Amino acid sequence: MSTAMLETQSTDTADAAIQAFTVTFLIRRFDPDVDAEPRWQDFDVEMYATDRVLDALHKIKWEQDGSLTFRRSCAHGICGSDAMRINGRNRLACKTLIKDLDISKPIYVEAIKGLPLEKDLVVDMEPFFASYREVQPFLIANSQPEAGKERIQSIAKREIFDDTTKCILCAACTSSCPVFWTDGQYFGPAAIVNAHRFIFDSRDDAASVRLDILNDKEGVWRCRTTFNCTDACPRGIEVTKAIAEVKQAIIRGKP
Amino acid sequence: MNPESAHVETKIVDGVHYHQYDIVIVGAGGAGMRAAIEAGPGARTAVISKLYPTRSHTGAAQGGMAAALANVEEDSWEWHTFDTIKGGDYLVDQDAAEILAKEAIDAVIDLENMGLPFNRTPEGKIDQRRFGGHTRDHGKAPVRRACYAADRTGHMILQTLFQNCVKLGIEFYNEYYALDLVMTDVDGVEQPSGIVAHDLATGELHVFRAKAIIFATGGYGKIFKTTSNAHTLTGDGVGIIWRKGLPLEDMEFFQFHPTGLAGLGILLTEGARGEGAILRNASGERFMERYAPTIKDLAPRDIVSRCMQQEVAEGRGAGPHKDYVLLDCTHLGAEVLETKLPDITEFARTYLGVDPVYEPVPVMPTAHYAMGGIPTNVAAEVLRDNTAVVPGLYAAGECACVSVHGSNRLGTNSLLDINVFGKRAGRNAVEYAKGVEFTPLPDDPAGPVRRMLDQLRDSNGTERIGAIRKELQEEMDKNAQVFRTDESLAHVTEVIARLRERYRNVAVQDKGKRFNTDLLEAVELGFLLDLAEVVVFSARNRRESRGGHMRDDFPNRDDEQYMQHTMAYLSGDPQSSLADDHIRLDWKPVTVTRYQPMERKY
Ligand SMILES: Cc1cc2nc3c(=O)[nH]c(=O)nc-3n(C[C@H](O)[C@H](O)[C@H](O)COP(=O)(O)OP(=O)(O)OC[C@H]3O[C@@H](n4cnc5c(N)ncnc54)[C@H](O)[C@@H]3O)c2cc1C
Ligand code: FES
Repeated sequence: MSTAMLETQSTDTADAAIQAFTVTFLIRRFDPDVDAEPRWQDFDVEMYATDRVLDALHKIKWEQDGSLTFRRSCAHGICGSDAMRINGRNRLACKTLIKDLDISKPIYVEAIKGLPLEKDLVVDMEPFFASYREVQPFLIANSQPEAGKERIQSIAKREIFDDTTKCILCAACTSSCPVFWTDGQYFGPAAIVNAHRFIFDSRDDAASVRLDILNDKEGVWRCRTTFNCTDACPRGIEVTKAIAEVKQAIIRGKP
Repeated sequence: MNPESAHVETKIVDGVHYHQYDIVIVGAGGAGMRAAIEAGPGARTAVISKLYPTRSHTGAAQGGMAAALANVEEDSWEWHTFDTIKGGDYLVDQDAAEILAKEAIDAVIDLENMGLPFNRTPEGKIDQRRFGGHTRDHGKAPVRRACYAADRTGHMILQTLFQNCVKLGIEFYNEYYALDLVMTDVDGVEQPSGIVAHDLATGELHVFRAKAIIFATGGYGKIFKTTSNAHTLTGDGVGIIWRKGLPLEDMEFFQFHPTGLAGLGILLTEGARGEGAILRNASGERFMERYAPTIKDLAPRDIVSRCMQQEVAEGRGAGPHKDYVLLDCTHLGAEVLETKLPDITEFARTYLGVDPVYEPVPVMPTAHYAMGGIPTNVAAEVLRDNTAVVPGLYAAGECACVSVHGSNRLGTNSLLDINVFGKRAGRNAVEYAKGVEFTPLPDDPAGPVRRMLDQLRDSNGTERIGAIRKELQEEMDKNAQVFRTDESLAHVTEVIARLRERYRNVAVQDKGKRFNTDLLEAVELGFLLDLAEVVVFSARNRRESRGGHMRDDFPNRDDEQYMQHTMAYLSGDPQSSLADDHIRLDWKPVTVTRYQPMERKY
């Protein structure tokens, strides 16, 4: 295993910044067809400082071991496919640059926690989406808008729920939550964020229904305000704040 | 055994799962889900998607969706129609463009009513901004036509459509890869009867029998190296149609978006220039003033991309290697960047370490959008030749070619396209399914897919997927990008032929059943090779320059010979390496209603 060996290559000063390093990745592998338990495997990969962890996974898959399995699509932090634990923190592999990691030590990569492990870095997302569906994440409006016209919403009212519209359902928050790890029934931060998005939308009329759902024993009150979710969110959503706003709305009985 | 005898909804025969729906939609991006919202309430509908719906690349769209709402200034759908036709360099079917522009207004209102959080005007109406090629009164000045939600319009569309699918209880088969369209010979005519899909989680095959099938599988930007497209945009749907011997239209037209992050291809929306950002060369000159004096930086994408390449080619590029130009947003101020363009501001910071508030951002053209694809009429029905349709088969979104984009799509017209034609596809499929019986399935409908997968998995070949794909993408960038010549295209033709040889000897390392993404990448590479070949073959044949297709050796538009759509047909052994052996090209007339071609000046 070799870690952070500087490749002596560029002499040109313009290229001085473009140095390749050998970086070691320790990846938690699990093949359901063969393994009884997950195991750690190391890979040395030639990387540039501006490469992403996703580039490393691709290099391993494409050049060393085609069986390494992970999800990914957009490669720039928009689709929510590749949330994983990188050095113990939940992040998107496509938004984590090598230069922001300490490469003097191996980089640990494993699947997110709290959801059933399927293979290598892939978990079963169904329980996550089931919680999402339960909070009725869609606009419920009692009145019809004027035919062929938009509903009117002021800039200020639109702003109130702006933060929670950014969610990409990557599960980084929910799977970073210690409450969720021990109690898989807990709705989890992502579902609450998506409820918030509608509870505080002035066009919606079903806030009370969602507040009732989240007032459940597996609802918002399970939140212990550890801020793990806020730290984990790759979209910069203030998740803990959104949860607190939902708690207050339940107490007030309205948004 | 023939599962036809089994009319039960789900049944397992010889290890293959059989399902039956009135309508099967392949793809859960914007087009697929818009179709599902229309189809679901009227017919038993399933959506098959290789990605979870919210992972689809519609979610990456940033800038906006066009509609002449006239919320902030005078506008009309007629001007929008004209801009679309002129923007497409007169290869647009004008009846289709008119439908697009007219139905845009309802399409945007539908989305708002479904819950989409658009940015608002001070009166609380949907706000609108400028975008390339969209003008007031036939080119007089830029007009505010793009409805938007910050620079996350696609994200909001995808989420809103998904939310409404959840509301309607639409049935999704997620991480199912459609790999074949089953056709049955009915009285000498080939009719669609089902879809064969591979379930990624289990590795098992599923046959979805349906009366009507809608393809909404998106684009194929991954034939290029530098692209704004997702890794999963490998053109599977277009490839499946091609392998069935159905034609593909206008495949030579691929759009290169001017402002990809240099070296990476990640997109910075044209909305940045809509908000006032300026392209500059190394000396700081606003070079677009020289090329498009009226609308400057807001000229259509094909033109801006060529100008950028020209600046670089003539030594005016910026950076240590003079190989990019600069997108200057510094005068917009932190407020505009943080509120109207927050995501792209973050992309520049994260991926290039450049803060657009203080520094101009290095950019170069990036492969962005496939204008060509599966030919359809305005009812979203797939064509089997210039006029006849394949009954029960529909296509919508980027995989389809209606053609509303002609040889160059205007920004914000694709999010529009997926909504307008997604809706039409869904609605028409319901009507169709109501009036017909199920077409019988042939014997062992999953057989060809099973054999293809077994062959890939069992092969002890020596070629690696990654190496072949890398060479394909690099050579496509070098030879079939913004500027093309017969020489460059001939060269890449040879490369593709060689890569197709090598592909036959490709090895999959993962031999397992469950979540075998290695196997699926091999299949996707097969589609990429097929489509790259058709793109290049069609490009060589078009000896003129029009829209997104610029031939250095034929720099002018030639309406006399080429104001026609290319129709490519698979005509021989699809496995043969040489394109000449198995591609036949034909022409299809352009529908012209009220706009005669003019020189395209901006
Ligand atoms: C970065 C970026 C920014 C853009 N910005 C704008 C903009 O501001 N305005 C605008 O108008 N346009 C924009 N576009 C273009 C526009 O977003 C796309 O053309 C459009 O969203 C395509 O939608 P779609 O539904 O056709 O395909 P997609 O959203 O790509 O969906 C394709 C679907 O097909 C499925 N699929 C594919 N293959 C298979 C298979 N074999 N089996 C099963 N399922 C399959 C996928 O899972 C996915 O669900 C942008 C594009 C990009 C890349
Ligand atoms: S690959 Fe899409 S978020 Fe990382």
